[in-house]
Amino acid sequence: MRLTLERRRWLWAYVFIAIPLLFFLAIRIGPAVYAFWVSLHRWDPIAIDRPFIGIDNYRAMGSDKVFWHAVRNTFVYVILGVPVSLVLSLGIALGLQQLLRFVGFFRVLYFIPYVTSLVAVGWVWRWMYMPNGFFNEVLASIGQGPLKFLGSPQTALVSILVVTIWQGLGFQVIIFLAGLESVPTMYLEAAAVDGASSWQRFRDITFPLLNPTLVFLLVTGVISNLQVFTQIRTMSSGGNGGPLNSTISLVLYVYQLAFQSMPSKMGYASAITFVLFAIMLLVTLAQLKLFSRNTNDY
Amino acid sequence: MTTDSAQMMGTQEAALAVAEGVVDAPARARFAGSTNRGWRRKLALFAIYAILLIGGLGMVFPFVWMISSSLKMPADIYSLSLIPPRPTLANYREVLENTKYIRWFLNSLVIALITTASVAFFDSLTGYALAKFSFPGRSVVFVLILSTLMVPTEMLVIPWYMLSINLHWTDSYWGIMFPGMISAFGVFLMRQFFTGVPDDLIDAARIDGFGEFHIYWKIALPQVRPALAALCIFTFLGNWNAYIWPLIVTRSEDVRTLPVGIAFFSTESSSAFHLIMTAASMATVPVLLVFLIFQRQIIKGIVLTGLK
Repeated sequence: MRLTLERRRWLWAYVFIAIPLLFFLAIRIGPAVYAFWVSLHRWDPIAIDRPFIGIDNYRAMGSDKVFWHAVRNTFVYVILGVPVSLVLSLGIALGLQQLLRFVGFFRVLYFIPYVTSLVAVGWVWRWMYMPNGFFNEVLASIGQGPLKFLGSPQTALVSILVVTIWQGLGFQVIIFLAGLESVPTMYLEAAAVDGASSWQRFRDITFPLLNPTLVFLLVTGVISNLQVFTQIRTMSSGGNGGPLNSTISLVLYVYQLAFQSMPSKMGYASAITFVLFAIMLLVTLAQLKLFSRNTNDY
Repeated sequence: MTTDSAQMMGTQEAALAVAEGVVDAPARARFAGSTNRGWRRKLALFAIYAILLIGGLGMVFPFVWMISSSLKMPADIYSLSLIPPRPTLANYREVLENTKYIRWFLNSLVIALITTASVAFFDSLTGYALAKFSFPGRSVVFVLILSTLMVPTEMLVIPWYMLSINLHWTDSYWGIMFPGMISAFGVFLMRQFFTGVPDDLIDAARIDGFGEFHIYWKIALPQVRPALAALCIFTFLGNWNAYIWPLIVTRSEDVRTLPVGIAFFSTESSSAFHLIMTAASMATVPVLLVFLIFQRQIIKGIVLTGLK
């Protein structure tokens, strides 16, 4: 029997997507379902007995002090980190847009941290933050300090946050530049002719037209800040989440529970990842709803 | 370069135009008109240059300090001088001799290259099928793939680890690579860009008697080359710098990737910061060089993916 032309094309499409579809089922969707199954057990991979305990793992979070510490810190990373980096990067992008020469040079300067490994630069910052590192030597030379930076529960989190912002800034600057580039010059010109000040032009024309860019950076920024791990593990002594757990994040706590604690608490760790998933989902949906009034055509 | 809004044109060309605008047009035609009030304007511009320069130097300072520290004698490590008082390459020799740096570097390179090739091929193939074929179940497949973007990696790391243990994939390249061989983000990106390829082009090729795979490979794929390049850059960087999964799935020193190797070495050297900074330099400088050479293409690629 000869296949119709249409059927033959269907067949080709199925051939094209077969391996990727199997991959996503086996490597993404299957494991996600399995992770939920694990979260309903007391699960130590080397133990023979892995009892089913229902939602006890989820209940246990209520009275787990370290968990709440991690939640609190993770929210600080998001609520402090995302707005600060967005304001900074928008400011830098607006400045870069005014330049007539050397734009490429400046762009490269700001973008460099984004391409480098967080592990390597995390160690560089850790070195600069040391009691006898660069910052304290500079402070000492003007008769100040020393500051403990990573060594004190009051400052450790902010010290790590600075590195997180520094590393992601270049990406946001570039995306803002692209957003600014797509604001039609003629609107700005018309407003200028009508006597609008540069602040008015920014507030009433540029900023509203930047909305899609802002939503994109907000969503990606929040999601990546909810998942901070590498910089904390690198910069907290012993990778433990800092003095008095002052820097521990949800992901670092998950890692410790599943891969460092003895016996391993993979069930509990899995349960926490589902809480993280729920937070990510809620935050993303809320942001899209709040901010995407005119982004449908983007 | 026109700077009409991407929304108004709504096509792949618009995204490309913006990307080119960011990278190539050093400054779009400024409307000098009302803002140009002679010296005030000049002063403001000077201030912007000054602030951006100070900020920019601050951005790269950690790298300058890292390289400077790596060239200092252990005794000079606490000196504040940017130029090493007695410059030396001994630290580099020591790191090379005491670590498997070259091995880690090659591991990272091989893993990043294979993953990137796999992602480029499978993601473009899937994106093409989803954009240019209509078949029963297409939207289900698309939503299914898209939904995996919402699942955080951390949730999957535990099942992946168990899978790797059971199938003896730990401590192997495959064990490090398998979760990233196809990326949902890339499928989405490629689908967006293939949608902009005219159907006529593909139909004409069919009439000419070309096979479906040939049409994808020789006719459709070249049309989305900028997006494909961007995807490759993203995938390569992501895999080169990946940390959490390679850390979990490797035990032996021989299969560590560069970030994992550097992390272990730095932790073990406790406070020998002249060596740690040398290792950090050896991990970052090659990437920095590649970035500086291809910075236009890389930044263009970032813009392109950010717009879709």
